[in-house]
Amino acid sequence: MAKGRIVTFKIFRFDPQVDDKPRMVSYQLEEAPGMTVFIALNKIRAEQDPSLQFDFVCRAGICGSCAMVINGLPTLACRTLTSKFENPELTLMPLPGFELIGDLSVNTGKFMRELAERLALYLHPKNEDDNIHAVEQRIEPEEAEKVYELDRCVECGCCVSACATKQMRETFVGAVGMMKLSRFALDSRDARDDDDFYHVLGNQDGVFGCMSLLGCQDTCPKDLPHMEQIAYMRRKVAGIPIFNK
Amino acid sequence: MKIIYTDSLVIGAGLAGLRVAIACKKQGLDTQVLSLVPAKRSHSAAAQGGMQASLANTTKGQGDDEDVHFMDTVKGSDWGCDQEVARMFAHVAPKAVRQLASWGVPWSRIKKGPRQVVVNAEKVTIEEAEQAHGLINARDFGGTKKWRTCYSSDGTGHALLNTVDNKAIELGIPVHERVEALSLIHDGKRCHGAVVRDLISGELFAYIARATTVATGGYGRIYSVSTNAVICEGIGQAIALETGVAQLGNMEAVQFHPTAIVPVGILTTEGCRGDGGLLRDKDGYRFMPDYEPEKKELASRDVVSRRMTEHMRKGKGVDSPYGPHLWLDITLLGREHIEKNLREVKEICESFLGIDPAEEYIPVRPTQHYSMGGIKTNAKGMSPTLEGLFSVGEAACWDMHGFNRLGGNSLAETVVAGMIVGEYVAEFCHETDLIVDTGLIKTSVDKLQQEIDQLLESKAGENVFEIKEQMQQVMMNYVGIFRNGDELTKAVSELRDLLRRSRKIQLKCKKRHSNPELVEALRVRRMLKVALCVAKGARDRTESRGAHAREDFPERNDRDWLKRTLANWSAEGELEPELSYEALDIMKMEIPPGYRGYGINNAIHHSDTEKRLAEIEAIVKNLPENATREQKQAAIMAFDLPIDLGEPNQRADMTAINQQEAK
Repeated sequence: MAKGRIVTFKIFRFDPQVDDKPRMVSYQLEEAPGMTVFIALNKIRAEQDPSLQFDFVCRAGICGSCAMVINGLPTLACRTLTSKFENPELTLMPLPGFELIGDLSVNTGKFMRELAERLALYLHPKNEDDNIHAVEQRIEPEEAEKVYELDRCVECGCCVSACATKQMRETFVGAVGMMKLSRFALDSRDARDDDDFYHVLGNQDGVFGCMSLLGCQDTCPKDLPHMEQIAYMRRKVAGIPIFNK
Repeated sequence: MKIIYTDSLVIGAGLAGLRVAIACKKQGLDTQVLSLVPAKRSHSAAAQGGMQASLANTTKGQGDDEDVHFMDTVKGSDWGCDQEVARMFAHVAPKAVRQLASWGVPWSRIKKGPRQVVVNAEKVTIEEAEQAHGLINARDFGGTKKWRTCYSSDGTGHALLNTVDNKAIELGIPVHERVEALSLIHDGKRCHGAVVRDLISGELFAYIARATTVATGGYGRIYSVSTNAVICEGIGQAIALETGVAQLGNMEAVQFHPTAIVPVGILTTEGCRGDGGLLRDKDGYRFMPDYEPEKKELASRDVVSRRMTEHMRKGKGVDSPYGPHLWLDITLLGREHIEKNLREVKEICESFLGIDPAEEYIPVRPTQHYSMGGIKTNAKGMSPTLEGLFSVGEAACWDMHGFNRLGGNSLAETVVAGMIVGEYVAEFCHETDLIVDTGLIKTSVDKLQQEIDQLLESKAGENVFEIKEQMQQVMMNYVGIFRNGDELTKAVSELRDLLRRSRKIQLKCKKRHSNPELVEALRVRRMLKVALCVAKGARDRTESRGAHAREDFPERNDRDWLKRTLANWSAEGELEPELSYEALDIMKMEIPPGYRGYGINNAIHHSDTEKRLAEIEAIVKNLPENATREQKQAAIMAFDLPIDLGEPNQRADMTAINQQEAK
């Protein structure tokens, strides 16, 4: 096989558990066909620096664990091909807006669990006594499809780290919080009504905190319609009712 | 040393683990879940295709029931499964799907009226009944008689895991993330919990529980190319094995999925073929009908994988820098179908291959995919040799898959087994006391502490990443789709050597807290033990059954090998496991071994088969003429389920469509 070009990875290094200084460290690798940032980071760790911290789980763009800032843009490292950059110099930084574990690893899990608890991001069923032995409740096929479309969030945190409001306002629920609420608002099985959603979204931590810079929509690796959802909810919160079910 | 007490400890926060935790919590038990990663990142999320359950809602699912699902599962397993377990499973699967719906899963629903589908490369129109409108839909999958796989686009695992994790959050079940269980605390008879390392702080904890459930998924990462997430390293199986008391079952039963993309091994769902996709060779020729005229691309996974490999060995593969591959053609399904129902597949093709699967073929080849083997349990999910240790999901050899798992049965197993075993775990917790032996706890924690100290202090030794890579290569080269005695013997000997070397590892990174190299070192020795169980089990099993295909023993040999392999690690210093065997009793089977319906019928028969067939005939004859399906089944092979789960499954009445069809 022909020799590949040499790619330089400038990687943010910092260990918050010791008396450490944040710094950028460069590593070089020969590019192979199909090389992703996932492959490159694993190679660097195995061959050059075993202390390098980063997170991957599915390495297929499905689990959302490997979000990081690559050349200034929050994105999933596993499905970023190094060949997509003309300049063979990649800068890798951890996602801002989350607790840093070390180097490129951030604690998105802790953030998402707290958000889910705070916003009660689970189905509040209208019908509590569902009998699992009987034929299921019917749902319009279009509705099921629409709910699925909004349910595709992988909690990677790209939207949060690309959000200016979130950077200034710790308690802002972010696009991920609004998307998840609108997923339940759309679901006819959910018992919550306009008022319930107003209480959690009708303020500075919700739709009125959003500055519509749309970093969320630009960086969402699942192409979720954040803009549409936020605009819709904001319009509804400004008037009444919020949601037409 | 911190000790945390709970009733029910669950190791692993994928679908199976979370579902067990929910069952325990609902019974009022204190429940704690441990996870390497945030729960929603678990490998369960990667399941694309769907979950089998015999709802019989769709036109192509009419006539489906527990019996048909059971029979497909037994045949799929190549008669290697525990039929009692397969029965329990088939019965509870419809309940699981319906319960998940009530918890919020956006299952794809049926739209009444005509719809176009691709069957055997031809567009056909099927008519869905008016009575079925709004009920849960199903797609076709390999090895099944009916369309039975319930799905949400091709992100079914993601939709399920989101919903089940949300349920756990609603119930306030704590999930301790970024921790790793590295040994089980036991006294030789009963399991009391686990020693756990915090992956951020490096601190060690002892979790003490009435019942400990291992739900850590499969061991695919002992292979160099696998569809599994990078966290599926078999550590759950390893720590059970290292007790020396609990056993692993059928570890040699490793499934290869026919269609992972080349070179990285990321999966494209079986839904691609189920929805009508075809396999083509370097000439663009559709070769599967030549090998399997009846089921073609939709034969069982083990069969399709082997046929593809055979075809490539004939020189019909497409050459690539990564070796030969074949093509998966889904272009005939049309862009609209792909963008709606195979969207993850489309994203994967775009991101990793730079192709549009609506226009171009996808390069695929069979790749390690599923671990049928695991921690040996009884039908209640508990280790028969170590009381209080439960296992569920892919981590377990509960044994409903035998030697080959059908597509759509793994996602189903996670939740169904979680429902069933979860009840038994809760029952066990109610019936037994929490035993706290601080001496035993200290010994267990100290042992792991010493292992860590020794790794950090070692001044000379092996490179952990090299050992791991070599292990993965040995497994790939010698313990793959087609196996033979010489290569397997070589594998065992090379793995023994690697295990010996892994006992002298030198780390470059000396941190006690978040240290990825230390994590690898602790894992690789454990993984090697698992790999040895797979290789030795495969070497000694001199027959071919399901996914275990021996070139030197091509027959399925019921006479000598209708048995489960059990692996024990008797002493710590050993270099390989001890194997023993447990016979599957034909006289207790509902379906005695027979022909699977694929390839040549070359099984060596067991004398009990005829006997049992005659016995079953007599049983049926003695039943009253108006005996129901359920009564017949119970007379032939009765099975138990926790209360509530045993009730019959209602199905929608579609009589009106049948009348319409008759017109």
